Amino acid sequence: MFSDIALILGTTLMYSTPLIFTALGGVISEKSGVVNIGLEGMMTIGAFIGATVGYFTGNPWIALLAAGSAAMVLALFHAIASIHFAADQVISGMAINFLGPGISIFLCRIFFDGTTMSLSIPLDQKIPRPLNGFFAQNSFFDLIFNQYATVYLAFVLMAIIWFVLYKTRLGLRMQAVGEHPKAADSLGISVYKIRYIAVLCSGFLAGIGGASMALSVVSNFRPTLISGQGFIALAAIIFGKWKPQGATLACLLFGGAQAFVIFLGNPQVGVNISSQLLAMIPYILTILILMGFVGRTNAPAAVGVPFEKH
Amino acid sequence: MKEKENKDQHQNQNKNSSPNPGPNQNSTQKSQVTVEMKNITKVFGNFVANDNISITVHKGEVHALLGENGAGKSTLMNLLYGIYQPTHGEIFINGQRVDLDNPSVAIGLGIGMVHQHFMLVPIFTVAENIVLGQEPLLHNLNMSLAPLDMKKAIESVEDISKKFGLTINPLTKIQDLTVGQQQRVEILKMLYRGAEILILDEPTAVLTPQEITELAKIIKNLSAQGKSIIIITHKLKEIKEMADYCTVIRRGKYIDTLHVPSCTEQDLAQKMVGRDVILKVPKKDATSGRPILKIENLKVKDNRGLLAVNGFNLEVCSGEILGLIGVDGNGQSELVEAITGLRKVESGGQVYINGAPITNKTPREVFLHKIATIPEDRQKHGLVLDFSIEENMILQTHGDPSFSSKIGMLNHKSITDFANKLISKFDIRPANHLALARNLSGGNQQKIIIAREITHNPDLLIAVQPTRGLDVGAIEYVHRSLIEQRDNGKAVFLVSLELDEVLNVADRIAVIYHGQIVAIFKADQTDENQIGVLMGGGGSGGGASGGKR
Repeated sequence: MFSDIALILGTTLMYSTPLIFTALGGVISEKSGVVNIGLEGMMTIGAFIGATVGYFTGNPWIALLAAGSAAMVLALFHAIASIHFAADQVISGMAINFLGPGISIFLCRIFFDGTTMSLSIPLDQKIPRPLNGFFAQNSFFDLIFNQYATVYLAFVLMAIIWFVLYKTRLGLRMQAVGEHPKAADSLGISVYKIRYIAVLCSGFLAGIGGASMALSVVSNFRPTLISGQGFIALAAIIFGKWKPQGATLACLLFGGAQAFVIFLGNPQVGVNISSQLLAMIPYILTILILMGFVGRTNAPAAVGVPFEKH
Repeated sequence: MKEKENKDQHQNQNKNSSPNPGPNQNSTQKSQVTVEMKNITKVFGNFVANDNISITVHKGEVHALLGENGAGKSTLMNLLYGIYQPTHGEIFINGQRVDLDNPSVAIGLGIGMVHQHFMLVPIFTVAENIVLGQEPLLHNLNMSLAPLDMKKAIESVEDISKKFGLTINPLTKIQDLTVGQQQRVEILKMLYRGAEILILDEPTAVLTPQEITELAKIIKNLSAQGKSIIIITHKLKEIKEMADYCTVIRRGKYIDTLHVPSCTEQDLAQKMVGRDVILKVPKKDATSGRPILKIENLKVKDNRGLLAVNGFNLEVCSGEILGLIGVDGNGQSELVEAITGLRKVESGGQVYINGAPITNKTPREVFLHKIATIPEDRQKHGLVLDFSIEENMILQTHGDPSFSSKIGMLNHKSITDFANKLISKFDIRPANHLALARNLSGGNQQKIIIAREITHNPDLLIAVQPTRGLDVGAIEYVHRSLIEQRDNGKAVFLVSLELDEVLNVADRIAVIYHGQIVAIFKADQTDENQIGVLMGGGGSGGGASGGKR
């Protein structure tokens, strides 16, 4: 019983981590006023580049950085379109969502002999588990806290982003730009610059999020690896009221749903529900939560509205 | 902050170029010229917004810039604030020729501007808004990720607000402040940046009478401390109250600069409009008849769930204008929303029109009972800004057989004919039925609404702040329309925050305070003082009224 709970909690942490990275990035982008619906596409390219670079270099950290950078390139397209050319941010984001998987699968076929699945990274070349062996094997705490380094990194990042957003000059200006860009502009703050920074950060983090899926939860890339996590992260941003800590909690909830599904899917638990139905739970939960939290009263006032200087 | 004035620069000023009749007469001030805009022309495409305008402002002077909507006042000031750059002409600040490429340059030269639509972040605190863009940082680290020194920010705000007598709590969020207080924050924002020259764009447009008095004090105080203040306005009374000099602009052209104490409101109006303006529209005595609107024991809740209208009784008769006066936020908006079906009436209250109950009917049903409304916020509730003039003209009547067929196809020809008829009858400009409402001046937007509503031939016309933000020419027009309705035997219910307006136009005046009528007078049997006291809660035993909404 206790070990079941520990297992569910541990799995929750593991599955939440990609969502947390991505949602934190999304919070930054949306706080500055740019909707980033392209998170899904950015996660996908991150997962692919992470798995591929990880496979070829054997170094998961280089793989993470490469994944972040690759997604940042996609984010740059989104930024140019939606900031510079004042394009509709949703449309630009949707384009990214098609582009991300498209490029990933295309490149995957080139690098891995025509298959759409990358080769597995050996266990010792995945993201390390810093607390491995700290607790007795399969003890209660071991099952919960013996996690990949990316899990801890996600929570550290949450604290950092909270600090940056609410305690630093950049954060204050970012919020100002997302709430009232004209006001910020009239005080000599470059709305464009701040939004570029925010969208690029968001892309980088979504890339890390995708890679943390490929380099820790599993050990390779496949086309279905990222299937909706980007959108779930988007829902987590809204559910978390556009706050880093709120979004993180929301991601934990969604990750928990995923963990629960995995737990129930274990034949030994003996729940006789089709796995396809179980797999729907996180998505249904997303819809229910979004229905229950109607209204965007907490959204940054200028989110989704392109800023144009006279 | 820049505290020192550049004292040596005024000596090389060429006084002859000043269009002012003379230096500021306030003897405690030096007559140093702080702002000089010379032969300014600004062209947008082929539209000349400013045509060879010159203006000179001295230290410690309050200078009003007067003109009708669209005359080019705001453009001229946006040039001074660096938002636009002049096509021709030169700008001198403290005697030095400057190129104001962007607002940052202007701010650096000590120029500050309070925009008509406040540039404040609602979810930020007062202090955060004031320091934004020039934030004090811990350990003076000058980098993006440096932590903010909010303690220092709060101290600075407290210091300035003490120095200039602008009381405000630095930790309050903007969204919790009244409009008047928000304006204070805007002024503090400029002072924090060391502004010596303050531009106020239509500062009184959104203020209550009390807040206007308060603002006048603040402006006096600032000018006494040596600040040069430029007020963009079209309200004559406030120019008389606040300004030393007044430069008049009409259709982009410089008309005159007047010494305010030695001219009358009538002079100013005449210069502004270019013809004689009737500030008080003449009217015959009212011949009021049967009651049209009857309100009994009305109770209405506001958005917070509190009773904003609390036991309200009133009758408005045919052939009269009843003016409801009160400080903003005393239940006027809720009252009108309840009558027009936009807000729920609590049980017990009743609204009758021509004897028929319309309590809690839908806005459509209310409209069909021959009630027309000129709403408080014309841009939000009166018009669809991205619709053309003709589309706005048929917002309620597009389903009529004359405008659409049985299966719901619009008859564009008859709509256009209808719109064109109203456009010429009400002199709406531009006279283009396809022009978007968004692109019209406030006065012309209001004309669309008046044209539409009066054409419905209502028994009751409800006009809520119908002249808000309009210039004198347009105000005269609106007042005439209201009186015309009355003379045609209709009932007019005028809800206004402007005491002058109600005194000039209404036949009977009801004073609202805390959601109740505290007194009703015949317009010729009362005066400003008596009503002013009642508006503030005097006489009903209540405390001071807040202007907060």
